[in-house]
Amino acid sequence: MSDTRPGDPELTTYRDVQLSPDFSELRRRFRRFVFPMTGLFLVWYFVYVLLADYAPKFMAHKVAGNITVGLLFGLGQFVSTFAITLLYVRWADKKFDPDAKHLRDQIEGETK
Amino acid sequence: MLLPQATVGDPKVNIAIFALFVVATLAIVIRASRNNKSAADFYAGGRSFTGPQNGIAIAGDYLSAASFLGIAGAIALNGYDGFLYSIGFLVAWLVALLLVAELLRNTGRFTMADVLSFRLKQRPVRMAAAISTLGVCFFYLLAQMAGAGGLVALLLGISDRAGQSVVIAVVGIIMITYVLVGGMKGTTWVQIVKAVLLVLGAGIMTLWVLAKYAFNLSSLLGAAVDKSPAVGEKLLSPGLQYGATGISKLDFISLGLALVLGTAGLPHVLMRFYTVPNSREARRSVSWAIWIIGIFYLFTLVLGYGAAALVGPDVIRAAPGKANSAAPLLAYELGGEILLGVISAVAFATILAVVAGLTITASASFAHDIYGQVIKKGQVSGDGEVRVARITVLVIGAVAIVGGIFANGQNIAFLVALAFAVAASANLPTILYSLFWRRFNTRGALWSIYGGLGSAIFLIVFSPVVSGKVDKKTGASLSMITDTGIDFSWFPLDNPGIVSIPLAFVLGIVGTLTSKEQVDVDKFAEMEVRSLTGAGAEKAVAH
Repeated sequence: MSDTRPGDPELTTYRDVQLSPDFSELRRRFRRFVFPMTGLFLVWYFVYVLLADYAPKFMAHKVAGNITVGLLFGLGQFVSTFAITLLYVRWADKKFDPDAKHLRDQIEGETK
Repeated sequence: MLLPQATVGDPKVNIAIFALFVVATLAIVIRASRNNKSAADFYAGGRSFTGPQNGIAIAGDYLSAASFLGIAGAIALNGYDGFLYSIGFLVAWLVALLLVAELLRNTGRFTMADVLSFRLKQRPVRMAAAISTLGVCFFYLLAQMAGAGGLVALLLGISDRAGQSVVIAVVGIIMITYVLVGGMKGTTWVQIVKAVLLVLGAGIMTLWVLAKYAFNLSSLLGAAVDKSPAVGEKLLSPGLQYGATGISKLDFISLGLALVLGTAGLPHVLMRFYTVPNSREARRSVSWAIWIIGIFYLFTLVLGYGAAALVGPDVIRAAPGKANSAAPLLAYELGGEILLGVISAVAFATILAVVAGLTITASASFAHDIYGQVIKKGQVSGDGEVRVARITVLVIGAVAIVGGIFANGQNIAFLVALAFAVAASANLPTILYSLFWRRFNTRGALWSIYGGLGSAIFLIVFSPVVSGKVDKKTGASLSMITDTGIDFSWFPLDNPGIVSIPLAFVLGIVGTLTSKEQVDVDKFAEMEVRSLTGAGAEKAVAH
C-alpha cells in the first residue's frame, strides 16, 4: 500500500495522521471509554467469582423462596453484560463512528 | 421411570431428523457456494455478511455441544457450579466487543496472525500465531468430536466403541464436505441455520419446563433439590464441584480466568469478524452474538435444573452419555421421542457446525499463514493458497476423526475449558499488546505466544486431567489415562489458566524490554490509524 493518498494534502502518511491532534483526540476518547469499562466488568466478574468461591454461605442465603443471593449475583452478570453492550454500541455508533469516518475520509480521499 | 438403559427414544426417528438437517444444510451450502471464487470468498465469505447474520453465525460457532449438552449437564448434576461456565463464557464477549473485534476487522485480512504480525517481524510471529491457532483449534476439535461420540452412544443405542467410532467418522466426513464445498460462506450458513434451530429448540424446552412449574423459578429449583437427595440444598449454592478443598477453590478461579479471557483469543471466533464489510458491522455482530448467547445461557440454567427436577441425577448418571445426556433426556421426558429426535438432531448439527468452523479456521491459518506467507513468502496467488487450504481441510478432518475416536468419553465442557486456557494464554496477550502497546516487539510476541502455549500445554500434561485422578468412592480413574497405576501428575489444578495466563502477559513484557529491536514507527502508525479509523480496511467482495 502506498503511503501517499489524495485527500487532505497535510495528511500524507499514516505517521502524519497518527501525530495529528484529531487522531490523538479520537484515540484518547476511545481509550477513555473502553479501558475503564473493561476494568469495571472484569472487577465485577471477579468479585462474583471470588464470592462464589470463598463465601458460599453468603451466596446460599435465600432471598425469596428458593432464589438465592448467588443466583441473583449470577443473573446480575447477565444484566451488566447486556447493559454494557447497549451502552458501548450506542456510544460507538453516535459518538465515535462519525469522527472516525471523518478521519477515514480525509485519509482515503473523499472520492467514494 | 421407563427409560431403557442402552438407548432413549427411537434411533430411527433420531437418524431421520438428523439426515433431514444434513440434506437441507447441504443444499444451502451448495447454493451459497456458487459465488466462491477468490481467497476472500473461501476464507471470509466475501466479507459480505451483515452484522446480524454474522452475529447469529458467531452464536452458532460459539454455542458448541459443550454449551448445550455440557452446561445443562453440569447444572443438572453440580447445580450452581455449572452456572459459572455460562457466566464466564458470556462475560468474555465484552473483551471481544470492547477491545478486539473492530480493531481486528480494520487491520487484518483473513487470520489472527495477520494482525499479530502486522508491525512485527512477519515470518517468526506469523509462524507462532499459526501454531497457536492450530493448537487451540485442535483442543476445541477434540472436545466437539468427543461430544459426538457421547451423543451417539445415547441416541443411536450404539454402545460399543467401534460403532461409535464409525459415527464419529461419518460426522467428520459430512463436516469436511461442508467446508470443501461451501468455504466460509457455506460454513456461515450452516452456523446460522444451526443457531436458529438450537435457540428455538432450547427456548421451547425452557418454556415447557417453566410451564410445568407455573412459571415459578423458585418452585422449579425446589423440585430440583427434592429430586437430588444426595446433595439437597447445595444444588442451589456454589461449591458443590469446586468447594471441597483449597486446591479445588483455586481451580475454580483458574477456570474463571480462562473462560473470561479465552473467548477474545479463540481463532475461529476472531476469523468470523472478517466476514463482514466493516468495523461497524463487526460491532453489530458482537452485539447480536451477546444477546443470543446470553439468552441461550439463561435457557440452559432452566434446562439444567429442569433436568435435575424432571429426570433426576441418578438417571442422568446412569445414562450412556452421563452428564452430557441431561438435555436429551429432558427432551425425552417432556416431548417423547419426537422432541428427543429434534433436540438430538440439533445437538448433532451443533457439533457439525462448530467442527466445520474450526476446520476452516485451522486450514486458513495453515494455508494463508504458514504456506502462503512463511513458506512462499507471500509469493503465491490466492488460488494457490485456497488449493492448499482445501488439502489442509482433508488432513484436519482426518486428525479430528482420529482424535475424536480417542477422546470419546471425556467431559466436553471441560475439554473446551482447556481450549480456552490455551487461547487466553497464547493469543490474548499478544493481541492486546500489539494493538495497544507501542513499544511491543517481536521478541515479546514470540515469548508470549510460545510461553503461553507451551506452559498451558505443559501444565495440562502434568495435571490430574491427564493422569492420576481417581474417584475416591469407586476407585475408577477420572483422568485421560484410565490406567490408575500410571500417575505422573504434579500440577494440582485441572485448569492451567491461573499460572499460564499471567505468565504469558509477563513474558510479553519481559521479552519486549530485553530486546533491542527498534519499533517500526511507520508500521505502528499505520496499524494504529487503520485500527481506529478503518482507513485502508479490506473491503467486501463485489459479485
